[in-house]
Amino acid sequence: MKISVIITLKKDVLDPQGKVIHQTLDGMGFDDVNEVRQGKYFEIDTKETDNDKAKAKVDEMCKKLLANLVIENYKIIDPQ
Amino acid sequence: MKSSVITFPGSNCDRDMDVALKKFGFKNKMVWHADAELPKSDLVVLPGGFSYGDYLRCGSMASKSKIMQSVINFANSGGMVMGVCNGFQILVETGLVPGVLLRNKYLEFICKNVFVKINDKKNKYFKNVDNEVLEFHIAHNEGNYFCTQDQLKEIEDNNQIAINYCDENGKIEDQFNPNGSIKNIAGIFNKEKNVLGMMPHPERMIDTSLSGEDGSLFFKNLINNLK
Repeated sequence: MKISVIITLKKDVLDPQGKVIHQTLDGMGFDDVNEVRQGKYFEIDTKETDNDKAKAKVDEMCKKLLANLVIENYKIIDPQ
Repeated sequence: MKSSVITFPGSNCDRDMDVALKKFGFKNKMVWHADAELPKSDLVVLPGGFSYGDYLRCGSMASKSKIMQSVINFANSGGMVMGVCNGFQILVETGLVPGVLLRNKYLEFICKNVFVKINDKKNKYFKNVDNEVLEFHIAHNEGNYFCTQDQLKEIEDNNQIAINYCDENGKIEDQFNPNGSIKNIAGIFNKEKNVLGMMPHPERMIDTSLSGEDGSLFFKNLINNLK
């Protein structure tokens, strides 16, 4: 089963990379962008076949390794 | 005095640290990250470098390596643990010191000498250092110290800020902040002050002909404080 995770920076954390991407987009003519925030995306292929159990495991992975909860939020996306 | 320097895959300041510790009298051992047990130590150092290629977040992988459980236990039982640069990033990922280190504010890798002001001397790292300001070297891409407002209040209430970026006279101002760190923070303690994480490299300032000697002051003082 494949589970996806999206990790984003919390609102009040400075994202200099997002800012530079925004500036570059602006320079390319995409001048209607308000803000860009850069995040991370993971695909985790697990042997677990039970949907809820798999999600619970991935939740634990997020808390322990994938995300740093001081600065990041994570969202687990239902397997498709 | 016995010290241990942990080598992770991608550490590159481990041997510099070994040279510095030995120069000022420590009997130092190099310890591999996959070992389970720490040798008997009065000081454990997590060195600078790019452990695990800085994958995911700097220090995140190294913080989960086998030896780190022993290091965490050692720190929790009052042992002296110092993390420099990538070692600081590893420490924040273990949670031994609060906060995180973000990408530098202006997105550049910074490699230069800086001045830092010692904020607190009631600890074994800086007690009896005569100077108020030390000149150290920094070389990092992710040294922008960040924490939540609640954490910052706690850090300040407990006097956990170890050193701040400043000018040569000790003036702490925005213009002397190289990387965007909150409150010009360059180094921070845990609550008990036996764990120190800092971005600057004292081990790069131990030879007058190559650099400077404020690192020598730091190490000489440290070993005396541990005796």
